[in-house]
Amino acid sequence: MNFIEARKLVHEYIRRDEEGNVEGILAALDGVDLEVKAGEFVAILGHNGSGKSTLAKHLNVLLKASEGTLWVDGKDTLDNRYQWDIRKNAGMVFQNPDNQIIAGVVEEDVAFGPENIGVPTEEIWSRVEKSLKSVGMLKYREHSPNKLSGGQKQRVAIAGVMAMEPKCIVLDEPTAMLDPKGRREVLEAAGALNREKGITVILITHYMEEAVQADKVYVMDHGKIVMQGTPREIFSQVDRLKSYRLDVPQITLLAHELRREGLQIPEGILTKQELAEALCQLY
Amino acid sequence: MSIILDKVDYVYNGGTAYEKRALNQVSLKIQDGEFIGIIGHTGSGKSTLIQHLNGLLLASSGGIYYNGRDIYEEDYDRKELRSKVGLVFQYPEHQLFEPTVFADVCFGPKNLGLSRKESELRAFSALRGVGLPEEYWYRSPFELSGGQKRRAAIAGVLAMKPEVLILDEPTAGLDPLGRDEILNQIASMHRELNMTILLVSHSMEDVAEYVNRIIVMNQGSILLDGAPKEVFRYRQELEAAGLSVPQVTELMQELRDRGIPVSPEVTTLKEAKEAVLQAFSKHRQA
Amino acid sequence: MLRDITIGQYYPSDSILHQLDPRVKLMGTLVYVLSLFFFRGVSGFLAVTLGLAVLIRLSGVPVGYMVKGLKAIAVILILTGMFNLLLTPGEPLISFGAVKITEEGIKSAAFMVVRLTYLVLGSSVLTLTTTPNRLTDGLEKALRPLNRIGVPVHEISMIMSIALRFIPILVEETDKIMKAQLARGADFESGNLIKRAKSMVPLLVPLFVSAFRRANDLALAMEARCYNGGMGRTKMKPLKYERRDGAAYLLLALYFAGIIALRIWLKF
Repeated sequence: MNFIEARKLVHEYIRRDEEGNVEGILAALDGVDLEVKAGEFVAILGHNGSGKSTLAKHLNVLLKASEGTLWVDGKDTLDNRYQWDIRKNAGMVFQNPDNQIIAGVVEEDVAFGPENIGVPTEEIWSRVEKSLKSVGMLKYREHSPNKLSGGQKQRVAIAGVMAMEPKCIVLDEPTAMLDPKGRREVLEAAGALNREKGITVILITHYMEEAVQADKVYVMDHGKIVMQGTPREIFSQVDRLKSYRLDVPQITLLAHELRREGLQIPEGILTKQELAEALCQLY
Repeated sequence: MSIILDKVDYVYNGGTAYEKRALNQVSLKIQDGEFIGIIGHTGSGKSTLIQHLNGLLLASSGGIYYNGRDIYEEDYDRKELRSKVGLVFQYPEHQLFEPTVFADVCFGPKNLGLSRKESELRAFSALRGVGLPEEYWYRSPFELSGGQKRRAAIAGVLAMKPEVLILDEPTAGLDPLGRDEILNQIASMHRELNMTILLVSHSMEDVAEYVNRIIVMNQGSILLDGAPKEVFRYRQELEAAGLSVPQVTELMQELRDRGIPVSPEVTTLKEAKEAVLQAFSKHRQA
Repeated sequence: MLRDITIGQYYPSDSILHQLDPRVKLMGTLVYVLSLFFFRGVSGFLAVTLGLAVLIRLSGVPVGYMVKGLKAIAVILILTGMFNLLLTPGEPLISFGAVKITEEGIKSAAFMVVRLTYLVLGSSVLTLTTTPNRLTDGLEKALRPLNRIGVPVHEISMIMSIALRFIPILVEETDKIMKAQLARGADFESGNLIKRAKSMVPLLVPLFVSAFRRANDLALAMEARCYNGGMGRTKMKPLKYERRDGAAYLLLALYFAGIIALRIWLKF
C-alpha cells in the first residue's frame, strides 16, 4: 500500500450568514485522489485558494474529510484511534515562521514534540541534537528564536518535526514569507532529509521553481487535482499552467516562447544549462 | 521636485553594546516621475532607508531635502511630508481596522483634516486607482482575498494623494497572479498618475521588468545605482552581496561563453527572446 | 524607558544562584519578602541588608545594572515616601501651615522606601538569574499540589511561557502598525485624553486581530506536534534537586529563623 492514499476526498465548508442560516456550501476539496509512495518527494502546486493547504491539513488530521477516504501509513484518518499516531508520523511545517515556535530557546522548542509523545529525557537530548544537526542549526541550540532569520526559524520548525522521528513531513508553503536566501535554505534542508534519511516529503507551494527537485508534481485548482506527472511533464505544458494561475520559471517560459517562434527546442526545459545546451545544438 | 539625501547615517541603539549602523553615508537624488527599484537582502538597510524618506525615522547625521527644503528644519511640517511621500509597509493589509474597506481608505484623508465629502471623493478615486472592483468596497476587509486586501491597503495610502509612493515588498506572500496584478497596477499608476514610485523587492526578475533605475543596498550603503542594464553588468558584485541577476541575463552570459554572440544587455524575457532570435537569424544568413 | 526595566529580564551568567533549582529560588524570594515585613528596627534592617548584599554578590550581576532597574519605579518610591512622611500622625518636628512632618513620619517613610527598594532588588535577583522557562517550570512543579483542588497548573505555566515568547513579537508588531498608521497621517501624541484614547483604535484593532491570528496558528501548530495537555508529557530538562539546593534550603531556614528570633527576643 502507498504511504498516503486518498480516494475521492471531499472537504466542505458550510458558509453561514449572520443569523446562522446556511448560505452555501464551499467544497475546498472536491474528489481528490492522491497516491504517495514512501520515500517520495512530492510537490503540490496551486494558487491561493486552490485547496492545497486544506489537503495538507488532512494529511496531519488537523481536518477531517466530509466524504471519501484517506489513509496515511496504512491508517484510516477517520478512525479517531489513529489520530495521534498519524500526527506523529506525518509531521507538519506551516507558513508563518513566528507562529509555530513555542519555546523561548531553540533546543527547547525542538524538544516540544518528543515531550508531548512521552519520549524519555535522555532520548530527547539525543533526538534534539540529531534533528538540529540535520538542518544545520546545531550551533544555534541555545539561541532565542526571536534573533533568528526567517529561513533559520523554518529550519528550527523542521527540526521540531524531525525530532518526533516521522516517516513523512508535510511542508505547507514553508517559503511564502521568506527572502530568496531563506527559501534556498529551507528547500535544501527538505531535499536533504528526503535524499539522506529517506523521509517522504510533501511540499505545498505556489512557486514552480521549488517543484523542480520533486519526483512527482500535482497541480490543484478549485479543490481538484488537475495535472500530475514528473516536473518535466508538468512544466512542458506552459499554457495550461498559466490557465491555473501558476507562473512558470523565466527560463522555461523563454524556451516555450522560442519554440513558438520556430526554434526546435524540446519541451519542459527547467534550467538555464539545459536551455543553453539546446540552443547550442541548434546553432 | 526631488528628494535628496546627503550623507545620511542611521545608528540603532547608539552608545550601547547593541549599537548597529543601519545606514552608512547614503547620498541619493530621486527625481520627479522616476520608477526606482530598491534591492538588497534582509538587513541590508533598505527598509531603514525608505522610512527616512517620509520622516518616520530621523537620521543620526546627514541631511534630507524634499523639494529643496530641509525636512529636519524646526518649522518643517513632517506630518505633511508623510502625506506627500506615501509609504506602504510590508503586509499592509495587517493595518486595516475599519469595519468596511471604504471607511478604512478614508482614514488617511480624514487625518489630513479634509472634509467628509473630500475624503470620500479621494477614497473613490484611490480604490479605482488600485483596481479593486466596486462590489468589495463596502465589505469588511476580512472577507477579501489576500490580493484584494493588499489593494485596499495600498488604496489607503494612495488616498492621501502622495507625490511619491514607496512600496515595501508589495508582492510578498501573494500567488503569481496576485503578484502580476499588483505590479501591473503599480506600473499603470506610475504611467497614468505620473507618480514617482520606489519599489522595494527581493526579486530581480520583477524589478528588471518594470523599473527604470535600480538602487542596490548592501550593509547599509549603496552598492550600485543605475539603469537595470548597467546594474546587472556587475554580476560578481551582486552575488557577493547575496543577490543574483535575472535568470535571462545569466543565460545570455552562458550563451556567449559557448560562442553564441547574443547581446549582453538583456534583463527581461522579451529582450532575451529578441536577442536569441536575432543571433540565430544573423547566423543563418551568414 | 521600557528598556530600563530589569525585573523579568534574564542576565546570562553561571553563578551559583544561576545554577540553583528555580523552586529553591522561588521559596527564597518568598522568605526574603516576608523577612522584609518582619523587621522593625535598625538591627533587623542591617540583617536584611547583609542578606541582600550577599545575594547580589553571589548572583554575579553587576550592581549598577540592578540599580538601573529601580529607575522604573522611582515615581512609586517618591510617592510612597511622601505619603508616609506627610500623613503619619505624631509629634510634629517641623510644620508649614497645615503640613506637618513628624518623627514617626520620617521613620516610616524611610522604612517603606527601603522595603520597596529591597523588594524590587530582591525579586529582580530571582528573574535575573533564572531563565523564563526554568521559572515557569519551577512554578509548575512548586504549585503541583494545587492540581488536586482543580487548579490547572500545567496549563497556567504553558500560558506563561507562551506569553513570554510572544511579548517581544507583539511589541515589534505594535511598533510596525504604529508606523504604518503614522504614515497614513495618524496622530498618537496630541489632543486630550479622550482624543488620544480614540486614536488608539487604529492601533489596537489590528493588534488584536494579529494576536488572534497568531494564537490560532499556534494552536494548530501545537496540535500538529501532538500536544494534548500535560498528561503523559516528559521533559527535556526536568527539575532535579542537587546537593547545593539542599544546602540553600538549609541556609534559607537559618536566615528565616534568625529574622524571627531578632523580632521576638530583641524586639527589633
